[in-house]
Amino acid sequence: MKTANELLTARNNHQNWVPLMELATKEVFEMMLGAELEPAVEDAPATLDITAMVGLAGQLCGVLTLKCNRETAARMAERMLGTQPDVGSQDVKDAFGEISNMIAGNFKNKISGMGDNCMISVPTVITGTDYNVYSLSDTDALEVRELFEGLPFIITLEIHS
Amino acid sequence: MNSVSALIVDDSSVMRKIIERLLRQAGLELEHVYEAGNGVEALGVLKDNRVDLILCDINMPVMNGLEFIKALPGVENGKGVPVVMITTEGSESHVVQALSAGAKGYIRKPFTPEQVKENVLSLLVSKT
Repeated sequence: MKTANELLTARNNHQNWVPLMELATKEVFEMMLGAELEPAVEDAPATLDITAMVGLAGQLCGVLTLKCNRETAARMAERMLGTQPDVGSQDVKDAFGEISNMIAGNFKNKISGMGDNCMISVPTVITGTDYNVYSLSDTDALEVRELFEGLPFIITLEIHS
Repeated sequence: MNSVSALIVDDSSVMRKIIERLLRQAGLELEHVYEAGNGVEALGVLKDNRVDLILCDINMPVMNGLEFIKALPGVENGKGVPVVMITTEGSESHVVQALSAGAKGYIRKPFTPEQVKENVLSLLVSKT
């Protein structure tokens, strides 16, 4: 168990990573989807019914989560593929998982020394809203909210150590 | 440039489709495009098919990309085929490992169409 001072110091350091998360996300959307992102100023809508999760292990342990609604994910997949997939199709889930994977990889490569010392998992994609995620360790969370073609999505990094 | 056959190895079917589209956009006339979801599947493809170029991810289940390129010379149709790694792993040590294992090119995800074009065309030109 960390002391209060250790937790505060770690949280302050981790907050410095938010701009790197934003940059990593913007680069993925610009290079792979040809899309410019805008920061989301309003709260995201309640219906965020598709979630992609990528685990990080090693020097940085945690989970990066990408959330939006399925129509937004389908639009992202369309920009990636150049063809229009069905909203519930495997292509949409696969594309959404791949976006989360690239954000996680691009983010960790931007942190000095982390490229070699942090591994990322194959992404997992969950559809629906009726679930809860519980962490079994002290967790610090960073969040980035963006608009893709005016449609909101959220990236969260839960840091376990 | 004559038509070429390519093998795309990535556990994401979407990424395989994107890479194929970018190869066509790069001006390659693709005679055959073979796909595999991991290194073992890719070695299976090469037992029966000759290719001119392999584009390969690193992080894949069953057999990863580094293990695959190390196993490649042991397959008859694998000898001398240029391999370009396309991966989220961006550290210098990964690049060194890949190049030491025999990769001829390395592209970090996310990537631009121009990066794919430059890597692939330079390899195919140097091969001819």
